[in-house]
Order: sequence, then C-alpha cells, then structure tokens
Amino acid sequence: MAIKTDQKPRHTALGLTLDDAKGMYRAMLLTRMLGERMMQMNRMGRAAFVGVADGHEAAEVGSAWVITRGHDWVHPYYRDVGVALVLGQTAKDQFLGVFAKATDPNSGGRQVVNQFSSPEANIVTGSVCIATQFPQAAGIALAIKIRKEDRVVFTYGGDGSTSPGDFHEAVNFAAIHKLPVIFVIENNLFAISTPTSKQMSVPNVADRAAGYGIPGLIADGTDVLDVYAKTKEAADRARRGEGPSIVEVKCYRYQPHSSDDDDSRYRSKDLLKEWQAKDPVDKGRDYLLSEGVPQPELEAMRAEIAAEIERSIDEAESAPDPRAEDLLEHVYAKEGIPGGTRA
Amino acid sequence: MPPTRVPSSPAAVLGPAAVQETREMFYAEALNDALRLEMQRDPRVIVLGEDIAEHGGAFQVTAGLLAEFGPDRIRQTPISEIGLVGTAVGAALTGLRPVAELMYIDFSGLAIDQIVNQAAQNRFMFGGQARVPLVVRTQGGSGRGNAAQHSKSLEAWFTHVAGLKVVMPSTPADAKGLLAAAIRDDDPVMFIEHKLLYRTKGAVPTGEHLVPLGRADVKREGTDVTIVTWSRDVLLSLEAAAKLADLGIAAEVVDVRSLVPLDKEKILSSVRKTRRCLVVHEAIKRGGYGAEIAAIVAEEAFDDLDAPPRRLAGVDTPIPYAQPLELGVVPQVADIVKAARELVAG
Ligand SMILES: Cc1ncc(C[n+]2csc(CCOP(=O)(O)OP(=O)(O)O)c2C)c(N)n1
Repeated sequence: MAIKTDQKPRHTALGLTLDDAKGMYRAMLLTRMLGERMMQMNRMGRAAFVGVADGHEAAEVGSAWVITRGHDWVHPYYRDVGVALVLGQTAKDQFLGVFAKATDPNSGGRQVVNQFSSPEANIVTGSVCIATQFPQAAGIALAIKIRKEDRVVFTYGGDGSTSPGDFHEAVNFAAIHKLPVIFVIENNLFAISTPTSKQMSVPNVADRAAGYGIPGLIADGTDVLDVYAKTKEAADRARRGEGPSIVEVKCYRYQPHSSDDDDSRYRSKDLLKEWQAKDPVDKGRDYLLSEGVPQPELEAMRAEIAAEIERSIDEAESAPDPRAEDLLEHVYAKEGIPGGTRA
Repeated sequence: MPPTRVPSSPAAVLGPAAVQETREMFYAEALNDALRLEMQRDPRVIVLGEDIAEHGGAFQVTAGLLAEFGPDRIRQTPISEIGLVGTAVGAALTGLRPVAELMYIDFSGLAIDQIVNQAAQNRFMFGGQARVPLVVRTQGGSGRGNAAQHSKSLEAWFTHVAGLKVVMPSTPADAKGLLAAAIRDDDPVMFIEHKLLYRTKGAVPTGEHLVPLGRADVKREGTDVTIVTWSRDVLLSLEAAAKLADLGIAAEVVDVRSLVPLDKEKILSSVRKTRRCLVVHEAIKRGGYGAEIAAIVAEEAFDDLDAPPRRLAGVDTPIPYAQPLELGVVPQVADIVKAARELVAG
C-alpha cells in the first residue's frame, strides 16, 4: 500500500480529511490496547470475563466511520468495541461494563460485557443470543421508511451469525421492502471453534446476497479505508432508497473467542501469524507515516491512550456496585404490574 | 483415582444387594461417559450441536467423542438451533436416537416449535405410529456471571407440554444414569443440566449405569421437614440440612431428578412422614414447577400436614450480571435454612 504518486491520497479520494484518517487510527489503536489490557487483567484475576476485538479494528472502525452519530441507528454485536468507541463510548465505559458497575452506561451492571447501548448515539442494546439483532434492525429500517426519514441502520454480526434463520428472514424482509439497512458481517473465519466451511457452503458471506437480490460487497478487513469505502457505497445506496446490502469484512480474531475459551483446541498459531503480518493497526500507522504524519505524534498518541486506559481502570474499579435494594428495578415499568405479584 | 467398591445408589437397577465398581468423576465427565457408552452400545445414537467436535462443547461434555466416533456421529452444526433440533427430530422419527445439544437453555426458545409442536406431539398426532426418541441436552441456571440471556431456569416451560419428559440430575452418578436412560427412552426428553454442577465430583458407577426416569431419590433422611428439590438446589439443600441438624431439625431431602414423569409417591410418603413440605428451586417462583408439587401435596396429603406447603424460589427478575445482584435473586443455603426453620416453628 501507499506507494507515493501524484494521485490524491486515498483518504482524500474517499472524501475524508487527514484528521479523519488520524481519528480512525486512534480508534483502532484504542480498541487494540483496550483488548490487550483487558485480556491481561482477566489473566491476573482482575476482570471476571472479557471479550475483545483484536484483529477486528479496521472492520469496526472503518464501517462505523460511515455512521452519522445520533442520526443513523446502530445495532451492533458483542465484538464491536471499535464501533462503540467511534460512536462516543470511552475506555472507562468499557471498564465500567467489565466490572459490572452501577454506572455502566450499557445496563447499569445488569447485562454482560460488550452489549453496547446508547440512547444518544442511537445504539440499540445488544443480545448475547446470536443474530437476534438482524430482524430488529430490519424493523428499525421499516420504521424509518414509514416515517420517511433519511436515516440508515447499521447492524453487525460475525460469520456464524449468518447461519440462524434470523439472519435470512431479516435480509429477505429488508430486501423485499427495500429497507435502508446495512448488514456488516465481520468474517473472522471462525465462530468459536466452527470454521466458516462448517457454517456455509459458499466461500463468502457476501455470496448469500444473491439469493435475496441485493448487493454483497467484500471489504479487506486489514485496511480501514477499504472497509470505509465499501460500507459507504452500501450506505449511499440505502440513502438513495435502493435498499439493503451485505458488507462482508474479512478479518481474523487474534484472541480466543472470550476469556473463557481455549482456542488452541481448534486452530493453529500459523494462521494467526499470517494475519498479524498484515495487521490492520500497523497498516493504519504506516499509512499515516506515508502521508507525512510525524512519528513522534503517533508515539504521543499511544502514550496518551495508555494513560487514558490506566486512569479508566482506576476510576471504574472504584465506581459503586449496583445496590441490592435495586434488584427489582427495570424489570417492569415503575408502576409495576397492576395488582400483580412481585415474586 | 483407583476404582473403589461401594454399594450402588439405591436407584441403580442392579437392585439393593448389588455392588458396582465406581470411580470419582466430574458431572461433565459422567455425562461424557454415558454418551460414550451409549454410542458404543447403539450405532443409532448420534450427537448434534454447536462447537461439540474439536472443541468438546462449551462445558466439555462431548470432549474426545469426535476422535472415537468420527464426524458422522458427532455432528458439528452451524449456529442454527431450530435447524439442529429439527434435524434431530427428523432423524429420530426415522430410526436414529439423536442427542441434540443446546449450549444454553436460553436458546431453546429458538427451537421451541420443533420441541413443542413437533417432537412432543408427533407420537400422538401420528396415532401412535411414530416415535421421537430424542434427547435435547442443555444447561441452565445462574451463578456464573452469565447474565440474563445465559442463566435462566426454564424447566417449567417444558413440564407444561404433554409428550415431553423433563430430567434434571444433581449428582454425577445420576447424570450418567439418567442420561443413559433418556437416550434409551422412546419419547423426547429435555435433559437439563446446571452450569455450576459440571465441575462437581462424585462416585459414579463405571460401565453400564441406568437410573430410570420417574424415580425420586431421598438424598438425606429426616423426620421434621421434607425439602423437595432438584438440580443444583439439591446440593444447597443438603448443605442446609446439615446446618438444620445442628439446630436440632432433621430435614429430609428428596431429589425429584425427573420432573416429568414425577415420582409423586416418594414425595407424598416423605411428606406424610415429616408432615411439612418445602419446595426449593432456582427458577422464578411464579408459575414455577414448585407450584405443581405444592399443589399435589396439598391435594393429596392435606390431612397429614402440620403446615401449608411452602415454596422457596427465584425472584421475579431476569438474572443480573453484577455478582452482588446475581446472588440475591436465587435461594442460597441460608435462605433454605431460614425457610425450613420457619416451617417447622409453624
Ligand atoms: C442463538 C445462539 N446460539 C449459540 C450461541 C453461542 N455462541 C456465542 S458466540 C458464538 C459464535 C459466534 O460466532 P460469529 O457470529 O462468527 O462471531 P465471532 O464471535 O466470531 O465474532 C456462539 C455459537 C449464542 N450466543 N446464541
């Protein structure tokens, strides 16, 4: 990549500024450094359970950069730390979730980690049950269409999430009704231990699009600008009223499925090395250097992120736990069940 | 650990006088042993599920089976709960004996039509000409920080469906014996494990071991109060019974083991002896299976009771993630002790 020519820089050709490119890199680096620190804290016994996005940074950040925050709707999945960060969540928000604190912005300590939720950023709270976001995303798009708004829904899942009926029923519905929804599929070749070859009999998730008569785009998940470009193409189409698309982003999950998983049971280190050789975060850094961003600026960025993460951990660890007396909060609306039983 | 010789559990089909070799096993290992033995014994037995092959299953119950039986019989499926259960129903209808694994009982909702409208009723709807020898193995329960979508106790859903059997073992030996019996059963069985039991240990008969469905087991004898319970709450109730003994209360702990069919007689005879009945379960109290048992006791043993039957069960809330909240929503040992004392004090 990035052989200097007289041509416009790639980001400019895509309508992005150099600040955009830097912002994307920063979000990718934060996602990576958060993931590494969280796994380490889990191994040290300071975080009971974590799921991280190492290797998915370009997939998540590049696609999320297309979203107009607070205008478009987002229905992500548990891997999407990078999406949440682009949409305004902070490192501290992530640790508040990991420590299940009362001030966890997603759920106040009710839901497991990485189920992002933000009324301001129009992020609909996630589900640990695979693929349930897709029909809901189609429904949000249906509501947009009925209200004649110009918003787009971005919904996310992994390769494995394209197996349940939910995915097929949602894409079919969205395609029939030309709904403004983008299905971003982060294909990291595995669903826990199940390789994509046991998940589907076509080589690409994008190939499934043909069956619904919609476009299926494939993006290089090691290249944040390519992911941006493909997602933008799909979003522009949706905004023109031409309906949904599937954007498949090819990437690789570096870490086990979650901190509870042992991936040595089902995959080799060689594959990991192969993907690390084209690491999305490294490629993002190289791109900025080739565009003349000085090395010390990038080093300062890394140091600043590291400090932010440590500060976030301290603040989140000392935040209050949910109170036992609030146990029954949020089960029903405040009035409770009329004349009903509580237990 | 070398094999030891101890008397078999009272429920072993060998009869009261027999002894059988046992070995200390984890609950997960005991289930694995049952699957292995049944697959060796009967080539019609196959296993379907997500991440059950190389990975060995989310809780390692199918570990090593791929190597022994190959991918035809240990069938790793896509993430498709309705697909995998429906496939198993089809295979069962035409002569195989599938064991379908649902990673969490919370996902059973995705497969509910195949379980409730199909598997449970096929025998009936075909006028007895069809059978569905299917086992749906799954696990539920809280206590592992898995939160609202991975921790529910949904057994009552399935007990409400005619045509289904519902089994919930508490010990490694029962897990093995009941799973083998469920696999040999000619009707569909919901076999519900508890995620906190997989790493519990106990003596398990080696070789063939069957615990017939529909037989409760008195896990501790007592004269003052009967605690009727199942799954992990058997362990908590036994702990509570030990504490109650220190307080001078002799609690009898009846492990129902199989909710459908239910061993009414053993429950009623225990209650007639102790004259008090406490039902304990982790599932939400409202509409829980404890209500069924309390009602049976009230209907059939009312005259023998010194106090109304009482239920101790989960709070009416989804299972929260934060540990301080999670522990507060399902009965703990101290709650069982308290409820039993109150019942005895009358
Ligand atoms: C309905 C349902 N079935 C099974 C699971 C268990 N499970 C959790 S994550 C996962 C794999 C998902 O893989 P994929 O969609 O490819 O996303 P990735 O984790 O690889 O990013 C499975 C099977 C679940 N959460 N929900």
